[in-house]
Amino acid sequence: MSVNVLKPGLLDTLQDRGRPGHAAIGVGRAGAMDLPAWRLANALVGNRGDEAALECTLLGPTLRFEHATWIAITGAPIAARVEGTDLPTWAACWLPAGSVLQLGRMAAGCRSYLAVRGGFDVAPVLGSRSSDLHARLGRALQGGDTLPLGNTATDAAPSDHPHALPWRLDPQPWFDFAQAPLMLLPGSHGEQLDEASRQALYTRTFRVGNDSNRTASRLDGTHLQLRAPLELISEASLPGTMQLPPSGQPIVLMAEAPVTGGYPRIGQLAAVDLPHLAQRRPGDPVCFRRGTLEQAADRLRRRGQALDALCRQIERRLQHDGFLSRMTGPA
Amino acid sequence: MPTGAIQFEPLAEDALLLRFGDRIEPMLNDRVHAAVAALRELPSLECVPAYASVLLRFEPAAWQGDDATSAHQRVEEAARIALETAHASAGTGRIHEIPVCYGGSQGPDLHALAQHLGLSDEAVVARHAGADYRVAMLGFAPGFPYLLGLDPALAMPRRPDPRTRVPAGSVAIGGMQTGIYPTELPGGWHLIGRTPLRLFDANASEPSLLAAGDRVRFRAIDAEEFADLDAAQRR
Repeated sequence: MSVNVLKPGLLDTLQDRGRPGHAAIGVGRAGAMDLPAWRLANALVGNRGDEAALECTLLGPTLRFEHATWIAITGAPIAARVEGTDLPTWAACWLPAGSVLQLGRMAAGCRSYLAVRGGFDVAPVLGSRSSDLHARLGRALQGGDTLPLGNTATDAAPSDHPHALPWRLDPQPWFDFAQAPLMLLPGSHGEQLDEASRQALYTRTFRVGNDSNRTASRLDGTHLQLRAPLELISEASLPGTMQLPPSGQPIVLMAEAPVTGGYPRIGQLAAVDLPHLAQRRPGDPVCFRRGTLEQAADRLRRRGQALDALCRQIERRLQHDGFLSRMTGPA
Repeated sequence: MPTGAIQFEPLAEDALLLRFGDRIEPMLNDRVHAAVAALRELPSLECVPAYASVLLRFEPAAWQGDDATSAHQRVEEAARIALETAHASAGTGRIHEIPVCYGGSQGPDLHALAQHLGLSDEAVVARHAGADYRVAMLGFAPGFPYLLGLDPALAMPRRPDPRTRVPAGSVAIGGMQTGIYPTELPGGWHLIGRTPLRLFDANASEPSLLAAGDRVRFRAIDAEEFADLDAAQRR
């Protein structure tokens, strides 16, 4: 069971939940930039664990599926086509053997997820199949790559033609079409910003910089300044941490955040808003609103509950429709 | 160890920073390693040591109770209890001898660094290989050790023009610190030598040769021994 990469997209990497537990030896977590979208893509094809899915960036790849299987695409809305048939996103889709899936441009957002029944089955490194470009574990897909798939034993093919199940998920609230302000918590050195910068951080509109990547989103616009330079020693750093390098352009660390850093930390993005920032492409606006750790923790808890509930609902629906058994194949 | 002087700072929904101080100082770093040894006994916590701090990352749901006590409060309480019964200083850690071929093509910056410091090449090597180091923390890249213990006479500001590719195994000086590039990386430190040892292998049962808290000594080797050890590592 495998998938061939006929033409790579702009940046395609395999991602799962990530690689926790190794920061002490200098290895960060990596993992999907938009974890809820990654998880829902897996749920839609009946995957229940930490299967690796493909994270595409702005422009998707062209892939050939050697065997029939179920796929689902979530995250940023992306054009998906199989031999003249347009496939919906946020829905389970059946692909017959030999299908060539063309993923095009994203109409909005920055990252789409392609999950395949059984997951992409590359060898895990330190317990995860996530590529970490910053740490040089794994790499982006290249033309000619063959990706093995996990056990996708599927009973009689539902059809010889690609088609989607008749129901799909509402991308909202998982995809933030409105590009709402993001909640920013106080950072260790936020009080050291000068008065104008403290104001600007919560009132101005920043733009995602062109040099943003899986390690950091760089924010163009107003330059921020500290009241006086700070001499800091390196401490552990995290995804979501807003740092202020000497250039005065704030950056927000993302999934491939370095495990340590010595720049001033002027804020911490609420974890629930991290996927929303991950979906802002270069040039997109970013505004911040103040929040507290308690509010952020509460939002995170509620989002976790909503996501769990939706995944259970998807599973019941697949079961009820009789697709889960077909997806799973004979026992 | 007494916990009164430790600052507990919530950094994120799943992260609590324990700060022992704000300087790069062997005594503070020693407390970090002692703390990590005790904190590692707690379940469901990831400990990330740095020069003078330890980051605890946790699964908020696993630490959240039914009452109003937050996950951060619970983690802080568990950490305080673990630390109060811990020793004030860490054990010696493992001791590693790292063979280094100094100068020449393996250490292209040795001569310029020696000249800048007003020392002979041999004196730099003798001082660098004559000191005891401690791995203060790992960071920057997988398996990259920040070592404490550099002879102050060898301190030199970083290069104004960082290299885009520093070969794996390069031993380097940057400011008051010395370190070893575990893999080919960009870097702005001065390259004074190179070790044939492999510092990081993601597929090994213990991926990083060095851990925070370990001790390191360097041993000067010649090009021939470098070639032999390098060949032995490849087998």
